[in-house]
Amino acid sequence: MRHLISPLDFTVQELDTLMDLAGDIERNKEKYAHACDGKKLATLFYEPSTRTRLSFESAMLSLGGNVLGFSSAASSSASKGESVADTLRMISCYADICAIRHPKEGAALVGAQAASIPVINAGDGGHQHPTQTLTDLLTIRSLKGRLSDMTVGLCGDLKFGRTVHSLINALVRYPGIRFVLISPAELRVPDYIREGVLEKNNIPYQEVSNLDEAMPLLDILYMTRVQQERFFSEDEYLRMKDCYILDAAKMALGREDMLVLHPLPRVNEISVEVDNDPRAAYFRQVQYGVYARMALILTLLEIDTAGLSQ
Amino acid sequence: MLNISGLKEGIVLDHIKAGKSMEIYKYLGLDKVNTEVAIIKNARSNKMGRKDIIKIEGGLDEIDLDVLGFVDHNITVNIIRDSKIIEKKTLSLPQRITNVLHCKNPRCITSIEQGLPHIFFLSDEESQTYRCLYCEEKYGQKS
Repeated sequence: MRHLISPLDFTVQELDTLMDLAGDIERNKEKYAHACDGKKLATLFYEPSTRTRLSFESAMLSLGGNVLGFSSAASSSASKGESVADTLRMISCYADICAIRHPKEGAALVGAQAASIPVINAGDGGHQHPTQTLTDLLTIRSLKGRLSDMTVGLCGDLKFGRTVHSLINALVRYPGIRFVLISPAELRVPDYIREGVLEKNNIPYQEVSNLDEAMPLLDILYMTRVQQERFFSEDEYLRMKDCYILDAAKMALGREDMLVLHPLPRVNEISVEVDNDPRAAYFRQVQYGVYARMALILTLLEIDTAGLSQ
Repeated sequence: MLNISGLKEGIVLDHIKAGKSMEIYKYLGLDKVNTEVAIIKNARSNKMGRKDIIKIEGGLDEIDLDVLGFVDHNITVNIIRDSKIIEKKTLSLPQRITNVLHCKNPRCITSIEQGLPHIFFLSDEESQTYRCLYCEEKYGQKS
């Protein structure tokens, strides 16, 4: 039995296989419509998330399976003080696979250690968010045709943004990747990413604070929201949130074949005027998220997809 | 010079970096054992200049070599029987240490989950860096 806790739990080869499967799902949706008949996915969301939870639920429903779960800690036994490990032991009796989001870092790993069903980390605090990474990789691979030889700009909250940490961890395994890390000094990537991932793997990177200067360099621009819930004080949040706003003027500085990705939801960091730019890929990214999660559920449940008919 | 009698049966932790013996005393839980324990601080050493030594009479059921390796992997562990050294154990940096360090990251699951062991893993041997297994927070100050 396997879990997905970190984006590094799958090898590059396994990721390729999973993304090939996601590609086949995209082209042949009917073929997979009953692949998970009779299976149940539990979505354990200890903090609010519309997008990720609905994406998981949409993925399981598209495979013919069913879903159950909760969408806030207040509506779970956590409000009575139940541990994550106990909740996962209980859920293992109710479902065949589960996705867990929790505000504390490492919660999904604790859950996986206790569970007897596959556990998917749907975000653990500011730490990892591997299914967003799968989504990001699938989007880039589908729209760019490759995952190597690219300059990737990551912009916004790089300190607490778990999607950024997971994406860096995943992309450093492909050849020819360079990073431009665009953030205010206070929101730069944590040292376990800088030292433990970038420097350890000799990945070329630069840390800059000016989005305009970085624009012409980029094949991919990955925008992130400055999340209010990650700050201890509101003053600090208000000071930071408007630092990096992508608008048409900034887009004019970028390459013609650049892609703009965003894990969503956005607040104001991408102006709506950018939405119609053909380089804006963030809504297509949402659709790829469903395909990636469908492929992941099939893989972790070890469903024999070769036996499915068209 | 201070004179401390030899051990007939027991364990001698030698070549402890001067000043580190109380830390090791605490990590090994020697405050909770009833046997005789001698702590020698700042003993003269040809090799180290000054060193600490801990002598434990009768020994312990099990010495946690990982803890010792983490605190100071240059320590020599001498097992004594019939007043003779019958075994010398050398230490290395452990890959994993459990319930020795405590994660201080308030966002880590270890801050709320009951009964969860605090586990740190060796993330970089060269810089001797340990990180929390759950949140990957770098080990900072010993707790």
